[in-house]
Amino acid sequence: MDGRIVAVFGNMVTAEAEGTAFQNSVAHCCRDDGAKLMAEAIRIRGRNVDLQVFEETRGLKIGDSVEFTEGMLEVELGPGLLGQIYDGLQNPLPKLAEKIGLHLKAGHYMEALDGDEKWAFTPSVSVGDEVEAGEALGSVPEGIFTHPIMVPFGWEGKWKVESIVPAGDYAVHDQIAEVVGGDDQRRKITMTQRWPIKVALNCSRERLLPSKPLVTKVRIIDSMFPIVSGGTYCIPGPFGAGKTVLQQITSRHAEVDVVIVAACGERAGEVVETLVEFPKLTDPRTGKSLMERTVIICNTSSMPVAARGASVYTAVTIAEYYRQMGLNVMLLADSTSRWAQAMREVSGRLEEIPGEEAFPAYLESRIAGFYERAGCLRLKNGKIGSVTIGGTVSPAGGNFEEPVTQGTLKVVGAFHGLSRTRSDARRYPAIDPLDSWSTYIGIIEPEKVQYVKGLLRRGNDVKQMMAVVGEEGTTVEDFTIMLKAEFFDNVYLQQNAFDEVDAATSADRQKLVFDTILEVLRMNFEFEDREQARKVMVEGTDLFRNWNYAATDSDEFKKLQDRIRGFIATKGRGA
Amino acid sequence: MRKFYDHITHVAGSVVTVTATGIGYDELAVIKTRRGSSLAQVIRLEGDHVSMQVFAGTQGVSTGDKVRFLGRPMQVVFSENLMGRIFNGSGEPRDDRPALDDEMIEIGGPSVNPVRRRLPDKMVRTGIPMIDIFNTLVVSQKLPIFSTPGEPYNQLLARVGLQAEADVIILGGMGLRHDDYLTFRNTFEASGVLHRTIMFIHTAADPVVETLLVPDLALAVGEAFAMQGKRVLVLLTDMTAFADALKEVAITMEQIPSNRGYPGDLYSQLARRYEKAVDFEDAGSVTVLAVTTMPGGDVTHPVPDNTGYITEGQFYLTNGRIEPFGSLSRLKQRVNGKTRDDHRAIMDACIQLYAGCRESREKRSMGFEMSPWDEKLLRYGELFEAKIMDLSVDIPLEKALDLCWEILAECLEPAETGIRRALIEAHWPKSLGDRAKTEQLAAKAEKTDPAYKGSAVTV
Ligand SMILES: Nc1ncnc2c1ncn2[C@@H]1O[C@H](COP(=O)(O)OP(=O)(O)OP(=O)(O)O)[C@@H](O)[C@H]1O
Ligand SMILES: [Mg+2]
Repeated sequence: MDGRIVAVFGNMVTAEAEGTAFQNSVAHCCRDDGAKLMAEAIRIRGRNVDLQVFEETRGLKIGDSVEFTEGMLEVELGPGLLGQIYDGLQNPLPKLAEKIGLHLKAGHYMEALDGDEKWAFTPSVSVGDEVEAGEALGSVPEGIFTHPIMVPFGWEGKWKVESIVPAGDYAVHDQIAEVVGGDDQRRKITMTQRWPIKVALNCSRERLLPSKPLVTKVRIIDSMFPIVSGGTYCIPGPFGAGKTVLQQITSRHAEVDVVIVAACGERAGEVVETLVEFPKLTDPRTGKSLMERTVIICNTSSMPVAARGASVYTAVTIAEYYRQMGLNVMLLADSTSRWAQAMREVSGRLEEIPGEEAFPAYLESRIAGFYERAGCLRLKNGKIGSVTIGGTVSPAGGNFEEPVTQGTLKVVGAFHGLSRTRSDARRYPAIDPLDSWSTYIGIIEPEKVQYVKGLLRRGNDVKQMMAVVGEEGTTVEDFTIMLKAEFFDNVYLQQNAFDEVDAATSADRQKLVFDTILEVLRMNFEFEDREQARKVMVEGTDLFRNWNYAATDSDEFKKLQDRIRGFIATKGRGA
Repeated sequence: MRKFYDHITHVAGSVVTVTATGIGYDELAVIKTRRGSSLAQVIRLEGDHVSMQVFAGTQGVSTGDKVRFLGRPMQVVFSENLMGRIFNGSGEPRDDRPALDDEMIEIGGPSVNPVRRRLPDKMVRTGIPMIDIFNTLVVSQKLPIFSTPGEPYNQLLARVGLQAEADVIILGGMGLRHDDYLTFRNTFEASGVLHRTIMFIHTAADPVVETLLVPDLALAVGEAFAMQGKRVLVLLTDMTAFADALKEVAITMEQIPSNRGYPGDLYSQLARRYEKAVDFEDAGSVTVLAVTTMPGGDVTHPVPDNTGYITEGQFYLTNGRIEPFGSLSRLKQRVNGKTRDDHRAIMDACIQLYAGCRESREKRSMGFEMSPWDEKLLRYGELFEAKIMDLSVDIPLEKALDLCWEILAECLEPAETGIRRALIEAHWPKSLGDRAKTEQLAAKAEKTDPAYKGSAVTV
């Protein structure tokens, strides 16, 4: 079907269409120099179709033709996604750079998967076998994984294998099997399939309650505000509080199979950091480069806004695809606020009735729909796969009472709120231990966590009181509580992301350190006065801090551990 | 042969609507009025109604005026001949010298493919300890100075501009007071950098919308020089004036404001400009240092707020000092691990202690008894403010680090600093005698070190 442009306003184009128009279908606006700019139909009014263009609309004219398709915006799924760097529409950025150079240019699109690369396919079904959507026909090795080639997820009913290729090297678009369906429908299967990004991909037996702790190696998360495989969490925080750094260290150290990094409307430089560093870092779990388990979807702030809106969906669809293989996938989206703002820009141009802060009325349901795509599935073959979603939120003015933060808090399982006070005081990661929460159970027994949270709260109360009555008006007991809370904050909650050892603490080490600290926190020190209390706690802080910097089980580690035992045995009076 | 259109149907704010066909979105036009001619840019097409933003404003535009479309988006001259020249917000000379007719390049062009950027790793030395130690500026960084009106932000901007070893300095002035414009010009002239400086100046007396092109002009030229391998420093002041012009146009276009009248795409608009900061693989770099004045000193105001979410940190300028809290260079860790082994530890410890000092001061001001620890912190804070924070301090990084150790040693016990053992052992000043020696050595180094240049202007 064809149409003509009748209006252009920002990235919004209105086209008059002849024939049937499909909502959310893909269209191309043909600029007079031959470039075809991809767009999506987002509203239909009579013969007028409003399109959001995924590119700068510079140069489009009234009367330019528009080519409509019937298909929705889709991604291509198959072997070769891992290690890729895509834009929000799944164009491979390194290849695009080879083809068109330094700058991105409107109207250039490329195949997401390399059509020439050969993959060593091993069939696992025979002619005559019956298969259904999501079932493997065979597999190829992809880096550290065995990547099953699955019957397209959208195909309903049972299919009989008519032909299957023998083991050998094939390109992704080669036919590897032919199947026939109930009403004698014949279909060919290649190693790739397409999936519309705005539709959740879930081809499973059942959805499970997520409960397995997902270890990020960030102490304050794993021990205090845990997340689980298949769960959701958000990181709201004012600018510069440490959202991105927190996600970066999570993407490095989290104990998951695959990480999808969605850089959504944030800085290009931050993505470059990941691009450059990851190939050089080894994943301790596999001994391979971290890049082999990572996919980067990168639609940074100066890239077109509509594609930014699509990027989080592209990312979550790829995450769901790897979940279908029984893998644990983590999607880190930075920042969901930029995605919400992309929605706001579109809504504004459509002149929809605005809600709070001009966000559209459907903001909350879109946020909910996105996070609902996380989850833990029991697949048809019995394997369990999960998608965990962690999104950052960038609230205007750092004030959490705004639509995106509030809409997100309603649907996530854990809240890691970053505080300006903590980041200004360089108390990183700046997750506020008093405000944050998690509905999940992590690696530390809940009673112990409760105890420490109680102490932190009391410590904070004492601190506030002290601001009114002064130190001299504070009893030694209260003062000690305050010092203990500070101590825990200093040696456990704070973690130096830029120190090789301290940056990542394994679950076992966390349990050991937490328990040791708990001994200190529970101890009755019987201090004589505030000065003595302060001196002892400074000493303890110094010991534990150095312990954090010592590599696990190194000589230094053991030496410090002994000194800490001594510190506890003598109630800090030994040294 | 371009046609003239003279059917102006609508004039509002800075926007004029004319009836025309075959016009491209974003295309440039010239509108001729009785008061002269002005550039205009297409911002909306609706049937044969073409709405344009008129950069000289619409004062005196009549329905009988003529519009000529140029068939191309906004461009700017790019050549070596730009050096030393001064232009206005429409890219016309403002220095009484003839216009250039060299090669033209498009402004507001597409963004660099992220995979073609390289990781920044070069420090920009400024001689200001609050920057060099605590928030190191890095080549290709985009960093605003958040300031309340009245602070010496333009002086600070100029000072950093002069110290940084840039091949090309580009100044984009937006809503600049004429005096400030002259001060910049004189400063650059006095320091002998005018021959590698290019200025795009929009003053407060010029039409408001003309400010909108300034960042694009400055950054397009900067990017082009960087692609030729030059290290470019772009200074933009004041980005709040730019944002206010955006607001004005958005309101004229009846866009629904998102926050205090600013359009919902303020973030994207600002980001498109700031993201031009880049370090190219096999070519040069663009570093962007900007000024964002905070209306009412309020950092949650939409302009500083959105800026903070885009830039790689910010310097707060308050009471004539770079405020240690809140100020942040996000790229510092890319360079401060390679300067000296104690750089990071000093950076962390000094700030944490200074935070402690402020708490103690608060307590003191409320009339509470000062504990021995408070006394120590107070003493530390005073020394730190006088020797490190004061903006007139102009010393190289290494000397500043030594100075921090001395201040620490003068006020505290090693364990109280929270600095790890190994570093304490290596750097803690041994005795007063040694300290005097260190000072002498440092003083000597300052005199003989050719890499270090004193600043030409002081704030
Ligand atoms: N865990 C950490 N350890 C040490 N420094 C940190 C840590 N987290 C953040 N920082 C410091 O804070 C700076 C800003 O952090 P980050 O970029 O993560 O902020 P952000 O919350 O993502 O901000 P924005 O919303 O503007 O993107 C970092 O560049 C770093 O200097
Ligand atoms: Mg960030």
